[in-house]
Amino acid sequence: MNAVQLLLFYILALVCTASAVMVIASRNPVHSVLYLILAFFNAAGLFVLIGAEFLAMVLVVVYVGAVAVLFLFVVMMLDINFVEMREGFLQYLPVGALVGIILLVELMLVGGSWALADRTEVAAAPATVVMVEPAAPVAVPPEGGETAVVARRVRAEEVTNTQMLGAVLYTEYFYLFQAAGAILLVAIVGAITLTLRERPATKRQDIGRQVRRRPFESVELRKVKPRAGI
Amino acid sequence: MDTASPVVLNLSSALPEVVLFLSGLVLLVVGALREGEGAKGLSPFAVLVLLVVAAMILGGGQTAMVSLGGHFIFDGFAAFTKVVILVAAALSLLLARDYLIDEKVDRFEFPLLVLFAALGMCMMVSANSFIALYMGLELQSLAIYVLAAFQRDTLRSSEAGLKYFVLGSLASGMLLYGCSLVYGFTGTLRFDTLAAGFAIQGERGIDLQIGALVGLTFVAAGLAFKMAAVPFHMWTPDVYEGAPTPVTAFMASAPKVAAIALTLRVLMQPFGEWTDEWRQIVVFISVASMILGAFAAIGQTNFKRLMAYSGIGHVGYALIGLAAGTAGGIYGVLIYLVIYVAMTLGTFACIMMMRRGGRYVETIGDLSGLSTRQPMMALALAVFMFSLAGIPPLAGFFGKLYVFMAAVDAGLVPLAVIGVVTSVVGAYYYLRIVKVMYFDEPTEAFDGPNGLGLRLVAAGTAVFTVAFILLPGPFLNAAQNAAAALMTTP
Repeated sequence: MNAVQLLLFYILALVCTASAVMVIASRNPVHSVLYLILAFFNAAGLFVLIGAEFLAMVLVVVYVGAVAVLFLFVVMMLDINFVEMREGFLQYLPVGALVGIILLVELMLVGGSWALADRTEVAAAPATVVMVEPAAPVAVPPEGGETAVVARRVRAEEVTNTQMLGAVLYTEYFYLFQAAGAILLVAIVGAITLTLRERPATKRQDIGRQVRRRPFESVELRKVKPRAGI
Repeated sequence: MDTASPVVLNLSSALPEVVLFLSGLVLLVVGALREGEGAKGLSPFAVLVLLVVAAMILGGGQTAMVSLGGHFIFDGFAAFTKVVILVAAALSLLLARDYLIDEKVDRFEFPLLVLFAALGMCMMVSANSFIALYMGLELQSLAIYVLAAFQRDTLRSSEAGLKYFVLGSLASGMLLYGCSLVYGFTGTLRFDTLAAGFAIQGERGIDLQIGALVGLTFVAAGLAFKMAAVPFHMWTPDVYEGAPTPVTAFMASAPKVAAIALTLRVLMQPFGEWTDEWRQIVVFISVASMILGAFAAIGQTNFKRLMAYSGIGHVGYALIGLAAGTAGGIYGVLIYLVIYVAMTLGTFACIMMMRRGGRYVETIGDLSGLSTRQPMMALALAVFMFSLAGIPPLAGFFGKLYVFMAAVDAGLVPLAVIGVVTSVVGAYYYLRIVKVMYFDEPTEAFDGPNGLGLRLVAAGTAVFTVAFILLPGPFLNAAQNAAAALMTTP
């Protein structure tokens, strides 16, 4: 990493962390969402920095473009009194902080022991077994014939990760891709099931019925006698 | 272009899932186009699909095969558990028909969601990587969250759905965190690669990486939530009580089988090398679940809540077999699961027959003197209660027998002893129901007659429970093959 990248990293990381803190610290929920968008943008920048341009793009398109805007809508449309919601929030702080600290200490122990074990054992014995998935062939349209199956790890250096994702998403990860589709379908069905209400009392336009309507169904001619109602 | 086929087009081993998914799509379109038809129009087709797929699996071969980019595995174990799951889902749908009409929530999404939940469960038991595991689990859970809140106009049902959703998301988070730790410390998400790598590691005498162990613990916690085992059981009584009764019946049967089968696979296949490391987790969960299931159910007056605690206890018993970690233990768990599913569905069929003045009642006091009014229903319920308590010669006894035997064989005598003691404690509340039905003052009779589906399921499961002792042969063989398939890594 050269100096420029390092500088960029620190700027992005700093702004990202600061805006993340502001998301939970600011009093106005609209500001919170705006800070969240700022955090997303900076995280996207960090992704670009490590060469994961696809993730950066998706982060901006999906999270900023859709999720954050949706949040903004919800915050603005629902009149939620956040100050009221926050009352009594602090009473859970001691317990929450305790659990958080215990978890943090445990994770540091794990990380520490791992780091230590790495240094002491590497010299003495083969410390870990490197697990590589059985040479997963990536289907590349054959041009020369023999070079059709190309090991993934070799190509990973040469192509952008958007290209790599494209190569494996519909082949190696086809099953998971379809499964994700099924999950989204169930989510849609579920949302409709739980929220759609048929209101028989409301008037809805039924174009088919309007077109089918004939004059004799709606207009009736009657002889009205003078001085008498119908 | 045939080079692309080995990865993409090898769907043959996943044919049951493909059929389930496509039929789900077709039923969705049919349901959406035929407005006002409701669940009663689509349910028979959904039941048919589930049973046909189960028959397909039964009729097909059971050669172990890893496919679909290595994320999917089909073997004898997957085949056995899938058949159980599909049949349980079909029976739950049969149970639901009248309830949905009576409660005016007869909407066509119900069979669809059950179908997709069953698909998710099949994907769970066929998972060969942590991503596939998560995908299946999420598909299953998402469908069941919605089902729990299906009676959306009643407060209890909405509460149950929301509670299950919030806690289930937390459990999913823990599970994912564990998966990421395992991935970070080993470099692979695939079960077979993990198993092979760990085997070499074991040969060389290298311990399990501590990060992977922490990851395993988180994964176990997430799975324990899904199978409602102590200490991740808190949601169970409330959700079981609040959810519509057919949904509770479904939740207590098929998803439990799927979650336990998934746990068996994760612990026996990728982490099979480290049995000593995870055994203490399983033993703790098992003992805690058995004890809580036995004691917490004593004070319950609501039948559905009682079944929730009973289910927690039964998960504890089933896990005894897993703690043994042997082929005999797995065999015991599988038999236990099948018998548990039959008894539970039967009991819930009886609960759904408890209808008075057009309303569903669910307290144990409502059963008072049932034997004089509806002797057949009382008899069936008594059979289920005796069987749940584990009294010979009914099926429940054999379930317990096999897991206890496996535990003793594996040298886990204390675990078996705790199991026996908690069974005796648990017998109290099961037998109390029998006492209420047979010896208490009769009250007003329940509404009759019951729907065909209810009667069929209740009678079928009761016959299974009673006749298990006579015809266990083919069934035990199937369970044995399934257990053997799990013990051999493909």
